[in-house]
Amino acid sequence: MPPDIAIGLETLAELDDEPARRNPAAAALQRLLHHRLFLTGLVLFAIIVLLAVFAPVIAPAPPDKIDMSASFAPPSWARPFGTDNFGRSLLSRVVYGAQLSMLIGAAVVAINAVFGTLIGALAGYFRRIDNMVMRVNDALMAFPAILLAIAVTAVLGPSITDVIIALGIVYTPRTARIVRSSVIVLREMEYVQAAVAAGAGHWRILRQHILPNAMAPLIVQLSFLFAYAVLTEATLSFLGVGAVPPTPTWGNIMAEGRQYMTDAPWIIAIPGAALAITVLGLNMLGDGLRDVLDPRLRLQE
Amino acid sequence: MIGATLSRIAGAIPILILVSLITFGLIHMIPGDPAAVIAGLSATPDQIAHIRHDLGLDEPLLSQMYHWYDNLFHGNLGTSLLLGDPVLQVVGVRLPVTIGLSAYALVITLVLGLASGVLAALRQNTWVDQAAMVFAMFGISVPNFYLGLLMILLFAVELGWLPTGGYVAFTDDPIGWLTTMTLPAISLALLLTGLLARITRSTMLEVLRQDYIRTARAKGLPRHKVVVKHALANALIPIVTVIGIIVSLLMSGAVVTETLFSLPGIGQLLTQAVLNRDYPMVQGAMLIVTALMVGVNIAVDILYAFLDPRVRYDAA
Repeated sequence: MPPDIAIGLETLAELDDEPARRNPAAAALQRLLHHRLFLTGLVLFAIIVLLAVFAPVIAPAPPDKIDMSASFAPPSWARPFGTDNFGRSLLSRVVYGAQLSMLIGAAVVAINAVFGTLIGALAGYFRRIDNMVMRVNDALMAFPAILLAIAVTAVLGPSITDVIIALGIVYTPRTARIVRSSVIVLREMEYVQAAVAAGAGHWRILRQHILPNAMAPLIVQLSFLFAYAVLTEATLSFLGVGAVPPTPTWGNIMAEGRQYMTDAPWIIAIPGAALAITVLGLNMLGDGLRDVLDPRLRLQE
Repeated sequence: MIGATLSRIAGAIPILILVSLITFGLIHMIPGDPAAVIAGLSATPDQIAHIRHDLGLDEPLLSQMYHWYDNLFHGNLGTSLLLGDPVLQVVGVRLPVTIGLSAYALVITLVLGLASGVLAALRQNTWVDQAAMVFAMFGISVPNFYLGLLMILLFAVELGWLPTGGYVAFTDDPIGWLTTMTLPAISLALLLTGLLARITRSTMLEVLRQDYIRTARAKGLPRHKVVVKHALANALIPIVTVIGIIVSLLMSGAVVTETLFSLPGIGQLLTQAVLNRDYPMVQGAMLIVTALMVGVNIAVDILYAFLDPRVRYDAA
């Protein structure tokens, strides 16, 4: 680009008062900071993240410390969330459970961000592999999510890593599909055609011109995905096919507490509430992101 | 119409082939020796060899695959290691429980979801709209097994109105079926009701903005007629497409709901099969349920084409 044109564009940008023109990301952030739903969701999610990060500080005792003399203590000032059948502090177990939920959620989101984007971008951009990749994708999506997750953990094993892999296998096709549908539209845009005509390579076109514009729906998807991953992991461990005790997860604390629920309802009520708050926070956050980043997506669920 | 239907069915064939391949491959994903894993830690080498032979795992992979498809086309999905009965037979006994539960939950979802969605759209930005959307947000956020547990505590344990679990066949005792299925169906329906209410609201808002709605009102049609005949009829078209997703979510939800309420359906069967490493059962149940899901999706697509004559089928 000749220098005089470049200067001209810069001057134009400076003349423009609307910040959106200069920096769309900053403008989106501005709108998010005024979005009540997003902010409420962010606060709820942040509470859980803080519980997870500061678990060692918050927990009054190690989560597996047994104290039979204190079993089934109801919530009180001395024992904020009460204790379970082994007298273990429920507060300790719930905050360490939060740690695991956040870890698994973040890992599944990371797997999806990498592989979902890669698979979706390649399928959407290279028509020759599109059909084949999407058929495999459709087949994986044909299995109801929990069923596939259960089956994969059944063959891999119940460790945390295996649960993460299982959830990655279940959800990556869904993410890939979303990325692919954006890429297919973007590939036909005139500015992309112009880049092709200017001799840009595939890699450069994908990375510079297509993927940055496919990010908005992906970010929205990933925030909901975090919620699904946390929820599905809790369901798996509630069913006894996820991470096994004594590792505390919200799901297996509730499964253990189930047989005592008439006498000690707090054992299921508190981890369940933590789980519901996490999912609620992430759903609100995702709704807010969708409103701001991609209003066209509002119709889809 | 017939051509479109046939091409939609043909399009499902590659998916079904891949689904059966993935199901076949499941057992081979087991790290190490699947036969040893299935036999358990205390098994003798003899027992392991026996299981390996029974499952055909001692044959070459291609011949195993041949047998898998050969049996599949003859309606033979193997024998449950735990129960000793043919997988197909066991699934056949359990399936009506799951279908009954899902149908009950689907009815609740459609009634509550459509009603609250339409109402929220008609009263946009009023307290009715806000209450409906808060309800929907809680619906999609509260895990169904948590809601189920809380409902058991309240309605079964505290108030004693409904049983905590158990199952009575509809054909034996319809009233008994209704009392045992109500709590499970509500806990299963909540998520989907929330989902459907949100979709219905946004679709209705979109439709209500259209010119032909204004025209219908302007020519003097009463409001309720416009809402039902003009708005809802058109809003239903995009809503039908999510019914396929809803049915798939119902199946996922049924797995945990059945376990929670001790209902002897497919979900409970599958969970038990996984915990007992009954892999033929896992494979068979997965395959049948997923094939059913594919079938439901085809039916939904055909219904969609039927409702919306504008839909044209490409070769897809």
